[in-house]
Amino acid sequence: MSLGAEVSQALIVCVAAIFTQNILLAYFLGLCPFIGVSREIKAAFGLGLAVIFVLTCTVLLNWLAYHYVLVPLGLEFFRFILFIIIIAAFVQFVEMVVERYSPFLYQQLGVFLPLITVNCAIMGASLFMVIRDYSFIVTIGYGLGSGVGWFLAIMAMAGIRQRLATDRIPRGLQGPGITLIIAGLMAMAFIGFSGVLQGR
Amino acid sequence: MIASTLISVLIVSTIGAGLASLLVVSEHLIANYGQCRIRINEDRELTVQGGKDLLSMLTAEKIFIPSACGGRATCGMCKVKVLDGAGPLLPTEEPYLSKQERESNVRLSCQVKVRNDLRILIPQELLSIREYTCRCERIVDLTHDIKLFRLTLVEPATMDYIPGHYVQLRTPKYGKSREEVYRAYSIASDPTEKDIIELIIRLVPGGICTTYCFEHLKEGDAVTINGPYGDFRLSDTDAPMIFIAGGSGMAPMRCILHHMKNTGNPRKVIYFFGANKVKEMFMVDEMRRFESELADFRFVAVIANPDPGEAWEGETGLVTQAVQKSFQEASDYEAYLCGSPGMIDASIKVLRDLGIAEQSIFFDKFA
Repeated sequence: MSLGAEVSQALIVCVAAIFTQNILLAYFLGLCPFIGVSREIKAAFGLGLAVIFVLTCTVLLNWLAYHYVLVPLGLEFFRFILFIIIIAAFVQFVEMVVERYSPFLYQQLGVFLPLITVNCAIMGASLFMVIRDYSFIVTIGYGLGSGVGWFLAIMAMAGIRQRLATDRIPRGLQGPGITLIIAGLMAMAFIGFSGVLQGR
Repeated sequence: MIASTLISVLIVSTIGAGLASLLVVSEHLIANYGQCRIRINEDRELTVQGGKDLLSMLTAEKIFIPSACGGRATCGMCKVKVLDGAGPLLPTEEPYLSKQERESNVRLSCQVKVRNDLRILIPQELLSIREYTCRCERIVDLTHDIKLFRLTLVEPATMDYIPGHYVQLRTPKYGKSREEVYRAYSIASDPTEKDIIELIIRLVPGGICTTYCFEHLKEGDAVTINGPYGDFRLSDTDAPMIFIAGGSGMAPMRCILHHMKNTGNPRKVIYFFGANKVKEMFMVDEMRRFESELADFRFVAVIANPDPGEAWEGETGLVTQAVQKSFQEASDYEAYLCGSPGMIDASIKVLRDLGIAEQSIFFDKFA
């Protein structure tokens, strides 16, 4: 495939990962921080940005590790362990550096890094990248798109939940209950996007 | 096969070890904040190696701040006041702090990093949670299956607690019981006797701890407890109060009544205490003494099923029926309940019907 074709392929994958194949709303990955940190727009914004950054970087790192270490050695089945180790180490390292050298950035984004070390969206994206056999350039688009998709979903949820704070919700549904129902409705809305693409 | 398995394991371990050592080295170079001092409540100072979060530093120093989520900013329980050195409020903390808390420097200790000297305030009651060794001074039979255990604190020699608090009693290995267990019992003693803890314990058939207390524990034996814990306590309003208890639920009520007497608390109290038979009623004389010593206290002993031969002049029936009989409505009252889950649930229903708001009903349920 020529470079141009790869780039356009990457763009398509990126848009698909944001809308039709949204990692949160279509695959329901990364739900715990999605529910835990979507109470305020400000926190959701920071966490969303951190997810975009970590997801993009770790998918690329894992692509390199997979194609240049695991495949030549015939150890593809070790990817689960290796990906987790790489994600954890990367997140810890970035947190340390940011905390030391940029207090402002740490306050805005860094505090969220430990929360997403074990976010399954991050791991899920790395595994999908292998299953779908993306090239390096396409993987860039995929990582970025998945992160942006997650970011959009949590921002939308935080916006809705800020309004819910003043609404009267039946007691049994307060908190995570109503959040999950809203997530389901949002997921249905996002399915609408795939209808748009298919109808073209 | 074995060789290739070993080699693959080795390779992955090497990668893991490489990344881990990278982290260790960078932690040493980048995240090295040197020695930091944490000043607690202006009277105690810890010197720690900076870089970690405050919660885990305090835990390492055996100061236990309650935390349910393990430091991931999702439970919001590990609040402490940080007067100096915490830096600006983090977005992870904001959802858990009210406006007043933010203004008074309350922070989530799991999110505050120790990177410089800190000054913090921790509620005294959290600092005093610890293990106490005691001697069992006296064991008094109250009924056929309820005993009072009077413990003298040995080390530390006194305990500061709030009336209504409970302690956990350690049951050592004995007989068929192969492991140590801890059970919670409310403190029943007079809070002015700071070196004494009295517990009122009912024998639970087959219960590990109560069987130990009833059959193995002797006067003079050493006993280990830890605490104090709990949030069952008198409110600081001056609303009149209804107490409802049954069996060993007497314990926190007795402690609270002692406290009211000691502090000259003038609040009105009506105390409904239920037992099944006349021979299962206890401490009536002591409660009658409180009636003359407290400003406005009435003790209503209620027997559910008196035997035909038993002489009983007081109330009969369920304790909840006695409450219903005594009040038309009680919306300005607060209620304090201690007893079995069944009794508490039934009481809450009756109290709600009498117009008492849910947030004015406090209870300590036997689990």
